[in-house]
Amino acid sequence: MSIFYLVAFLAIIFALMTIFTKNPVHSVLYLVVTFFTLTIHYILLNAQFLAVVNFIVYMGAIMVLFLFVLMLLNLNEESEPMKSNLVKIMGAVAGMCLIATFLGAFKVITPDNEMVVGNAEIGLVKNLGKVLFNEFLLPFEISSILLLTAMIGAVLLAKKDPKKV
Amino acid sequence: MENFVTQMQGVPLNHYIIFCSIIFAIGVTGVLIRRNVIIIMMSIELMLNAVNLLLAAFSVYRGDASGQVFVFFIMALAAAEVAVGLAIIIMVYRNTKSVDIESLSKLRW
Amino acid sequence: MSELIWLIPLLPFFGFVINGFIRNRAPKALIALIGCGTVLGSFVLSVFGYLEIAKAREAGELAAITTSLFEWFSVGNIQIAISFLLDPLSAIMLLIITGVGFFIHLYSSSYMAHDAGFGKFFAYLNLFIFFMTILVLGSNYLVMFIGWEGVGLCSYLLIGFWFKNSSYASAAKKAFVMNRIGDLGFLLALFFILETFGSLEYTAVFSEAAGMAVGDSTLLVITLLLFVAATGKSAQIPLFTWLPDAMAGPTPVSALIHAATMVTAGIYMVVRSNVLFTLSPLSMEIMAVVGAVTAFVAAFIAITQNDIKKVLAYSTVSQLGYMFLGLGVGAFTGAFFHVLTHAFFKALLFLGAGSVIHALHDEQDMRKMGGLRKALPITFVTMLIGTIAISGIPPFAGFFSKDEILAHAYQHHPIFWVLGFITALFTAFYMFRLLFLTFFGEFRGTEEQKRKLHESPWQMTTALLVLAFLSIVGGFVNVPEVLGGGQKLAGFLAPIFANSDTQATGMHLSHMTEYVLMGLSVLAALMMALWAYVKYVKNNKVPIADNSQHGILYKLSYHKLYVDELYDTVIVKPLRGLSLFFFKYVDRMGIDGFVNGVGDFFIGSGKGIRLLQSGHIGFYIIMMVFSAVAILIYGILHI
Repeated sequence: MSIFYLVAFLAIIFALMTIFTKNPVHSVLYLVVTFFTLTIHYILLNAQFLAVVNFIVYMGAIMVLFLFVLMLLNLNEESEPMKSNLVKIMGAVAGMCLIATFLGAFKVITPDNEMVVGNAEIGLVKNLGKVLFNEFLLPFEISSILLLTAMIGAVLLAKKDPKKV
Repeated sequence: MENFVTQMQGVPLNHYIIFCSIIFAIGVTGVLIRRNVIIIMMSIELMLNAVNLLLAAFSVYRGDASGQVFVFFIMALAAAEVAVGLAIIIMVYRNTKSVDIESLSKLRW
Repeated sequence: MSELIWLIPLLPFFGFVINGFIRNRAPKALIALIGCGTVLGSFVLSVFGYLEIAKAREAGELAAITTSLFEWFSVGNIQIAISFLLDPLSAIMLLIITGVGFFIHLYSSSYMAHDAGFGKFFAYLNLFIFFMTILVLGSNYLVMFIGWEGVGLCSYLLIGFWFKNSSYASAAKKAFVMNRIGDLGFLLALFFILETFGSLEYTAVFSEAAGMAVGDSTLLVITLLLFVAATGKSAQIPLFTWLPDAMAGPTPVSALIHAATMVTAGIYMVVRSNVLFTLSPLSMEIMAVVGAVTAFVAAFIAITQNDIKKVLAYSTVSQLGYMFLGLGVGAFTGAFFHVLTHAFFKALLFLGAGSVIHALHDEQDMRKMGGLRKALPITFVTMLIGTIAISGIPPFAGFFSKDEILAHAYQHHPIFWVLGFITALFTAFYMFRLLFLTFFGEFRGTEEQKRKLHESPWQMTTALLVLAFLSIVGGFVNVPEVLGGGQKLAGFLAPIFANSDTQATGMHLSHMTEYVLMGLSVLAALMMALWAYVKYVKNNKVPIADNSQHGILYKLSYHKLYVDELYDTVIVKPLRGLSLFFFKYVDRMGIDGFVNGVGDFFIGSGKGIRLLQSGHIGFYIIMMVFSAVAILIYGILHI
């Protein structure tokens, strides 16, 4: 039980580090760590499939993509554009406001403070697969089209304009 | 493992909500205070993950697998979004030699 | 015959359509042929119609043939049909319209020969005949109203025929607007009739009205409104000023529309509605007063006018006043009789004036005429006949009709007779003045005009001769009983007045009184003719230039009693001022200000708010976050 709080604490710390570190490469690395803590959370929830996917897709694919781009563009601490302090404070205040409002909202709706005691089976790949290929078959197929479209779009966008070269 | 899981399930749902809210708010703050488009996109990923986790928590809490399917779809979407978004950023960088979001202010009156 | 009755209006309509289409391409002879031929066709049909009616009348029948063509529309329980009614009244009106109309068409084919708008002119004339026949043939008030509006339109088109002259165009507008005032009265009367009787058909309305009490207030309103309509169409006080200005149109138009037919539509309508009018004595009284005053005033003005057509125009107004006087005192037959004779001699006079104008190449000022009787013998003789007829000297047409009206007026109240009598004096004077100034003495025009003087071609003289003949014999259709006549017209028209209050139309003066009245007016007319002769022929006096020393009465008369100026000051100028006020302040500042203000407000606020659209995404996001926070707070507070 205390593992949850420990991991949550780490997640918050690393998330903060992500957004406050000046060097974008460090930011990415902190983000990877944040995602890793989130993966631990999935495991704690016994959502094994999601944990694995999160690990592979986010920490693997997406983060590598970010890193590649950063390196491709050769970004580092010196070239990092920074906002003025006033805007930073404004942003921070806005974020605080958001948290405060969320918490206030929870306080008002007073959800019954129950424990998360789930069915240990639902997070398993077998169960999820059944749901996915029964109820959500059509969205699943459509999402494959989405991915295909995104791939083509990304290639087209990132490709150098042959006329300009 | 079984024992471990049952032990961990003593966390109240509220705490998940609060934790995810904090992560989400950190994402929002990141969007607000950074000018690097890539960092902003990373903050967006943070927000997405916060929501993902909350969905998974609710899914387990309600014993309904749909929530986790949604998370799966969101991840697919996020992958697509990141791919396209980064491609756009590369294009922008190629044209402006910068990833500063402030330089993208042409769309105004 | 009665099944062909719809051809009477339709033939001129075809003429209008064909002439309208070919007006710029066809030779003038063809256009004239179509124009005259269609009207002649209508005339022949009208004659047959008349004969049929006459036969029926002799057999003692009521002789009212209704031909329903088709149902026009039906709303609720109101059915309006396009249907025609052929009865003695409309039969005679048709004869006048198509007969006189035909000769005027014939006349125009020569008179307008050199006009560029020849085809257009004939198309309009045919259209006019179409609407006029519709007006008299209609068997309900709405069909009459169609014709009523249509002839107003044609009048407008023909007055403004030479619209390139702006004063002619404004004369046309004036006529139209004045007529509209009257038409409003007609329209309101229609609504009242529909409301009261539930139908617009004459037969239904009259049979129902016959049962109503004398002096019924609804009938009073209806008849007054109808009378307003009649004052507009027939140029009575206070709406008479358009008719003299209407002389801007070509002379045949003045003869056909503004003397013989259209202006008598008001009288026709009143005669048609005699049942309603006899039931509201107050309306009759008002009509008599208005008619008498109009007759007097117009005659008074006519005395000093120098424009030959203006004299005739005021004369027309005056004669129309006579007719209304006759209607007002209950002499429906007499008034209608006068319509008939007036159509002959006034058309004749106008056409004669047209002939003179034609000979002098568009000279209308009598001061520049004179001595034309040798150059224009036929015109002179026919004009002389017309003048004698209108002056009321027996045995010409005007005498009988005028005396019938005057006798009834005397019977009603001597004051009406006095007014009518004085008017008759004036009439004789100004008509002989016109005749003498034009045809006697020395020629006062230019040498150029003198050299080119010529009698008019046969088309014009034929029309003149026929109308002169009618002016001579026209009076014999209704020779009064006191002169040993049979009052044929009265007998013929009797069914029209069958439902009326006979008290109003009866005649019970002693023969002696009638002889005296007749003798007085004939004597007076002769005296006036003599006076005019002495003044304008013996003394060779020519009216001098406009701004000379004259008595106040002369000035009043010369300036047409300043009625135009009065209307201008009392109605036109305040209205214009009011319009200007509304235009400047209410419309421009008020309405425009409001409308533009709304627009300006949004443009301005848009300009202000778009500054927020800075293009800085960070700003947008922070706004978004704050907005989300605001919404959440709102949600929290309202849960």
